[in-house]
Amino acid sequence: MPRTRQWVRPVVGAAALALTASLGLTACSSGEAEGPVTVTWFINPDGGGSDPSKDGQAGLARICTERANGRYEIEFELLPNSASDQRQQLLRRLAAFDENVDIMSLDPVFVAEFANAGFLKQVPEDYVDDYTTDMVQPIIDSATWQDKLTGAPMWANTQLLWYRKSIAEKAGLDMTKPVTWEQLIDAAKQTEKTIGVQAKRYEGYMVWINALIMGAGGNILLNPGASAQDLQFGLETEAGKAGAEVIADVAKAGVAGPAMSSTDETAALDLFANDTTSGFLVNWPYVWAALPERGIDWVDDIGYTRYPQTIAGEESRPPIGGIVLGVSAATQHESEAWDAIKCIRDEENQKRYMLGTGNPAANKNVYNDPEVKEVFPMAALIRSSLDTGGVRPLTQYYGDVSGVMQRVYSPPNAVNPDTTPVAATELLSDVLNGRALL
Amino acid sequence: MSVVTEVERAAPPPGKAKVTDRAKQERNLGWRLAMPAFVVMVLVTGYPILQATWNSFFSYRLTDPANKHFVGLQNYAVALTDSVFWTATLVTVFITVFTVIVELVLGMIIALVMHNIVIPRRTLRTIVLIPYAIITVVSAFSWFFAFRPDTGYINYWFQWLPGVDLLTDWFGGQWTSLFVICLSEIWKTTPFMSLLLLAGLAQIDTSLDEAAKVDGASWWQRFRYVMLPNMKAAIMVAVLFRTLDAYRIFDNIFIMTAGANDTASLSLLTYNQTIDRVEIGLGSALAVLLFLMVLAIAFVFVRGFKVDLAQGRD
Repeated sequence: MPRTRQWVRPVVGAAALALTASLGLTACSSGEAEGPVTVTWFINPDGGGSDPSKDGQAGLARICTERANGRYEIEFELLPNSASDQRQQLLRRLAAFDENVDIMSLDPVFVAEFANAGFLKQVPEDYVDDYTTDMVQPIIDSATWQDKLTGAPMWANTQLLWYRKSIAEKAGLDMTKPVTWEQLIDAAKQTEKTIGVQAKRYEGYMVWINALIMGAGGNILLNPGASAQDLQFGLETEAGKAGAEVIADVAKAGVAGPAMSSTDETAALDLFANDTTSGFLVNWPYVWAALPERGIDWVDDIGYTRYPQTIAGEESRPPIGGIVLGVSAATQHESEAWDAIKCIRDEENQKRYMLGTGNPAANKNVYNDPEVKEVFPMAALIRSSLDTGGVRPLTQYYGDVSGVMQRVYSPPNAVNPDTTPVAATELLSDVLNGRALL
Repeated sequence: MSVVTEVERAAPPPGKAKVTDRAKQERNLGWRLAMPAFVVMVLVTGYPILQATWNSFFSYRLTDPANKHFVGLQNYAVALTDSVFWTATLVTVFITVFTVIVELVLGMIIALVMHNIVIPRRTLRTIVLIPYAIITVVSAFSWFFAFRPDTGYINYWFQWLPGVDLLTDWFGGQWTSLFVICLSEIWKTTPFMSLLLLAGLAQIDTSLDEAAKVDGASWWQRFRYVMLPNMKAAIMVAVLFRTLDAYRIFDNIFIMTAGANDTASLSLLTYNQTIDRVEIGLGSALAVLLFLMVLAIAFVFVRGFKVDLAQGRD
């Protein structure tokens, strides 16, 4: 046998294998020619899990598929748990122009970054009214980039101050009036209880920092839509200082539990659910359903009120979260996608979703519904918090801005109101202009 | 892994003064058998390395592809003048040196026990290997939860130690975080080290040991002058593999601190730039720097300490 053939064979074999594999892939992607069009919706995990029989996003996908009468089918893909991981996965797919992504459940803070990169379709004129009428303003703002609506508000989240009525009474706090962080710290110290906050180095910490600064009348970015070299920062202000002061005070007083620097929403909830440490907690409304699930026997002792004030007498700006539905620029089914979104977030489905998962609706009318009022006795409070909430900076560099803030303000016990805001401003400027690592 | 295998290939085949026809044929057959794997290897490692090197000369953000432009060595300048990079390098070097030394000592003790014990030999070897069989992310989570003051039991068990009480926050500071990270790394990879060392111990000709015994050598003398010199190759291979592996540490830190409190390693820093910030240019520059460092370590071991990788293979 000639020598060459002997060693050519494996190479040919490998090439054949690669060819077969690629043919297989093509076959898969072209297999949807028959039957209704499939619209793929990337959902974030919610109370409904991935069970279409429940009233989570998976359930809405089923309902809206039925309503489409065979024009399209909505399939869902589950995204990771944390907002940062969701962003990473979506970003990778969008940057690769993945045609299998049609609708996405987006955390509002990603909208600016994705829209600026040209990854999102703009909402067609025909749908704009429907998507914005009766929605709370901060979530509309979050879905808008450069005066164009780039997503449809689905639900809107906000944080409340949860407290033990008995502890507040023991500390002599009048919870019918707005309370300040300072009062809470004193009360927690005096009663030897904790205030559950989110101060781990993650997005939740940024949520807290932003709410504190906005509560003092400030803003992290003064001109959030600007490009990197023109951005102006609002940290070296009285408000920036006041925000840092609250974090420093909470850390110094040691009232945020033993592991403040690794406390996220769940850890903060654990502190509140534990009778020996339970005092106060800032957290999203899901805790209302989550607390009884932990088998506590003092449900009647749980109180809720508006987010604490950074500065006494100045209205607080509770954090805003939620989900905005966006359509990928690479989608092959744009009209079906917008039609599906119309169904997913109509008033009836927003109510269903709120009752099914505990995630508050973006539509104001839902809060007047008697059924909603019964299940969520704090519905009016959630709505007023949403109306006056403080959104995190709407900037295309949000990931970097948040990353810098988390880094400079970590660990919380090293926050110094005089130096931390200055250091953060410096690093923000360096990182955004490519002069530093993050 | 890729680097390790490349080093393996770079090492010269066992040198022989005169090669017989049969040996020549066998060697040719060996090359032909290995060729497909070799070609695939070069493709899957070579392409990304070249691509990363190319990308590292650009200012390139995935969310802003229109603005991609050539910046020469600027990304390297940014990285090398940033204190974050040097902190990460120091942290990585510290973790590498500390864990490899501890693992070497512990691994040697375990290997000696496994080598000498007779009765439950197989069971023992299996038990020792369990930590290594656990996925790093899973083991990182269990160590993380064990050391957390709210979910953990470590504080409760060790509260009699000075400086430890029920509320000790291990992940609140750099040194305590690094301590837990190193501990989990050591727990996880010592079995690997001990297994390689056990192979080395098994290679030692027992007659040497017996001769030393007859001559009245103490245990320590036999260990120092008979065992160690005879298993030097195995030790160096084990240390080299573990060093290269430890230098790229990522999982434990990602899970436990995500780089908070100055605990970011070089891999984590690279990940943050590339995957999280989608700064492909800057991230690629860091990846290239990390690659060069790993290459340098391999070079120092192979040349400096004359590690013969082929010898450890027999």
